[in-house]
Amino acid sequence: MFNASLKQLSIQLADKKVSSVELTKEYLQRIKTLNAEYNAFITVNEELSLAQAQLADQMIASGQAGTLTGIPIAQKDIFCAKDWLTTCGSKMLSNFVSPYDAGVIERFNQAGAVNIGKTNMDEFAMGSSNETSFYGPVRNPWDVAAVPGGSSGGSASAVAARLAPAATGTDTGGSIRQPAALCGISGIKPTYGLVSRYGMIAFASSLDQGGPMAKSAEDLALMLNVMTGFDARDSTSLQRDEEDYARDLEKPLLGLRIGLPKEYFAKGMSPDVERAVEQALNEYRQLGAETVEVSLPNSSLSIPVYYVLAPAEASSNLSRFDGVRYGYRAKSYGDLNDMYRKSRTQGFGAEVKRRILIGTYVLSHGYYDAYYIKAQKVRRLIAQDFADAFKQCDIMMGPTSPTVAFDIGEKSSDPIQMYLSDIYTSAASLAGLPGMSIPVGFGDKNRPVGLHIIGNYFTEAKMLNAAHQYQQATDWHQQAPGNIGI
Amino acid sequence: MTLSANDVKAIADLAYIEVNEGEVQATLSQLTDIFDLIETMQAVDTSSVEPMSHAQDVAQRLREDEVTESDQRESNQSVAPQVEAGLYLVPKVIE
Repeated sequence: MFNASLKQLSIQLADKKVSSVELTKEYLQRIKTLNAEYNAFITVNEELSLAQAQLADQMIASGQAGTLTGIPIAQKDIFCAKDWLTTCGSKMLSNFVSPYDAGVIERFNQAGAVNIGKTNMDEFAMGSSNETSFYGPVRNPWDVAAVPGGSSGGSASAVAARLAPAATGTDTGGSIRQPAALCGISGIKPTYGLVSRYGMIAFASSLDQGGPMAKSAEDLALMLNVMTGFDARDSTSLQRDEEDYARDLEKPLLGLRIGLPKEYFAKGMSPDVERAVEQALNEYRQLGAETVEVSLPNSSLSIPVYYVLAPAEASSNLSRFDGVRYGYRAKSYGDLNDMYRKSRTQGFGAEVKRRILIGTYVLSHGYYDAYYIKAQKVRRLIAQDFADAFKQCDIMMGPTSPTVAFDIGEKSSDPIQMYLSDIYTSAASLAGLPGMSIPVGFGDKNRPVGLHIIGNYFTEAKMLNAAHQYQQATDWHQQAPGNIGI
Repeated sequence: MTLSANDVKAIADLAYIEVNEGEVQATLSQLTDIFDLIETMQAVDTSSVEPMSHAQDVAQRLREDEVTESDQRESNQSVAPQVEAGLYLVPKVIE
């Protein structure tokens, strides 16, 4: 059951082979047994989960069930969920029980899905290893010495360890794709603007985008069908016709033109990752696709640009945490300014403070044009590179991460090395393009390798088609870590 | 660009974050490394390029100036550090 797809679970629920309450209890029991080992969840609330499961069973009994009705879904702790502790991985929100639901949570609730718990993450989504969480590092189920990636590391670990059938994540510069790659699961960051940011705690608003993480491309499609849609409460939400992201899954790949950005196959990628990616590309050629070399000449600038824009927007977004209306307030302080200062100094962790300082500097008087505006201009050049390259191909592929999962502690004292974990994922984020990662084998120390798929705007169905066809021909996505007790 | 210890203190002050004397040098060296990385983008000629903030270049959506929310003061204040009679309490600002 724990390896079942969402479609299989949906059929079992519809056929009354299992009830949502039973399914939810099974997963809660697994979490209870295994979470101490992986630290994938920050909060589990049996009472709230089971209440939702009961409602789902009523929906099923009365014939109102949709595809996800009754299925437990893990929610990244960045999404506000009414009556749930919502921490964003920070001491700053360690006492924040949300009074409202995020747009994404509302959609899952309407679909009758069960919130099975809130997953661990890098503090305020700032990190690529899940080591910056106030709630401690998450462990990679393939090797507990390794990081799961980040910032959606708890969600990735939970799906890999089969503690949840699927999960939500958010991606600002790679935070869905890199942990999906490192934990051997599938994840997609949709086109910017498709998933509501309402109630999704803001990091860098012009980049943040929610998306699903699951065992297969088919599961991702079913999750996207629930997660996407216009939300007037998000000022950058896009108004588009509803679409079925599973509609093209079964299309053959004959004639698909896969662009291989030459900059992503240059030095920097480790040999074990390269081997697995090349094998995957060969599989695609056998499935009838052709590969063409393309170029993204400004791709080396994506990390510098990202580390201007994201910290700038973060410093602005995180100014709301001042110890007045919600969140952490220092125990002792003098005047009002001292209260702000002490609450923020004690409530934020080191990486968050570092990024606030970078952001404050690049937005400060006299530097705004030289940094923020300059970065926004280079951002357009990066987006233009993709537009030019997509004239020669339908889709692009490359490695998701330059290496397999690194060890816990290996990069935590060197911010720059950590930042470079997103070297292949951040450009698509800056361009606002959809990106995904699927497992394509194993590298050093038998740790998973992810294939990065970048699509043109609004071509999620085509990307999921390409991923699904590969997953029909191979079984990497069905492999589970050996020590998770199933 | 060269950052100084005084710059670090000034930025921290603007950000309402305390960086104590013992942390200034370490913070300075980390920020210097990060800005060395950032500076590489300055070499690109962007003289004829417009800044980009949204991939679809959509215009800011406007709405009618209408009340859309019901009164949720009680639930919103249930998570506040200190409230009294519906008001948020902070240290005295005006003598």
